[in-house]
Amino acid sequence: MTAELAVFITMGAAAAVTASAVVLSKNTVHAVIYLVMNLFSIAVLYLALSAQMVAFLQIIIYAGAIMVLFLFTVMMLNMTGAVEAAEDRLLKQKPLAAALGLMLIAEVVMGTVGLFSKPSGSMAIEDGFGSAGEVGSRLFFGYMLPFEVTSILLLAAIVGSVVLARKKDEE
Amino acid sequence: MLPVGYYIALSSFMFAVGAVGVIVRRNPIIMLMCIELMLNAGNLALIAFSRWNASMDGHVFVFVVITAAAAEAAVGLGIIVAVFRQKSGDIDMDSLSEMKG
Repeated sequence: MTAELAVFITMGAAAAVTASAVVLSKNTVHAVIYLVMNLFSIAVLYLALSAQMVAFLQIIIYAGAIMVLFLFTVMMLNMTGAVEAAEDRLLKQKPLAAALGLMLIAEVVMGTVGLFSKPSGSMAIEDGFGSAGEVGSRLFFGYMLPFEVTSILLLAAIVGSVVLARKKDEE
Repeated sequence: MLPVGYYIALSSFMFAVGAVGVIVRRNPIIMLMCIELMLNAGNLALIAFSRWNASMDGHVFVFVVITAAAAEAAVGLGIIVAVFRQKSGDIDMDSLSEMKG
C-alpha cells in the first residue's frame, strides 16, 4: 500500500463520515464542528494532490473565516427549540426524502465506479505545481478578468450583508 | 497518483450527502452548510482533475469557488439573521414562502 493510498483511505473515510454527520446531527454547533473537520480532511487530500496553495487557502478561509461566521450566527441566534419543533411537522415527507436521497447517493457512486478500473494515467508534473507563485501568476496573467470580477462579487456581498443586517427602524 | 476515480467517487458521495441535507433538513444554517459541502465536493473534483491533467487551471477555479462560497455564506447568514429578527424565533424554512418588498 502506497503512502498516497493510505492518506486517501484515512482522510477520505474521515471526510465521508464527517459529511454524513453534518446532515445527521441534531445540534447545530456539532454540525459546524463536523464541517470544520470535513474541510480539514479535504485540505489534506488537496496536499496529496500537490495543491499546497489551495489546501492552505481552504484551511485559512473556509475552516478559519467562514466557519467562524457560521458558529457566530449559531451562537447569536440560539434557535434549537424552534427548529426542532418545525422539523417534527415534516414526519411524512422525511422517509420519502431519505429514500430518494439514498438512491441519489447510490446512483452517483455507481456512476463513478467505472472509473476505478482505469489505470491512473496522470501526467507528470513539474516542480512548483500548485505553489503560491504558480497560482498567483495564473491569476494575474491568464485569469485577470475573473479575478477582478471576484472582487466586485465580494464588494456586492459586503454591501448586501450590511443592508440585510440593518434594523428596520433605523431607516 | 491514485486513479482519479477514487477522488471522484469521494467527491460525488460528498455532493450527494450535501444535496440530501438540503432536501431533508429544515434548519436554515444546516442547509447553508450542506451547500458548502456541495461546493467543497466540486472543489475536490476540480483539484483531482487538475492534478490528473497536470494543468493548474483548476486551482484558479477553486480559488473563485471559495470566494463565491464566502460571499454566499455572508449574505445567507445575513438573511437568516434578518428573518430571525422579523419572525422572532420561528425560522422553519417551509413557512418562509412569502416575499414582501
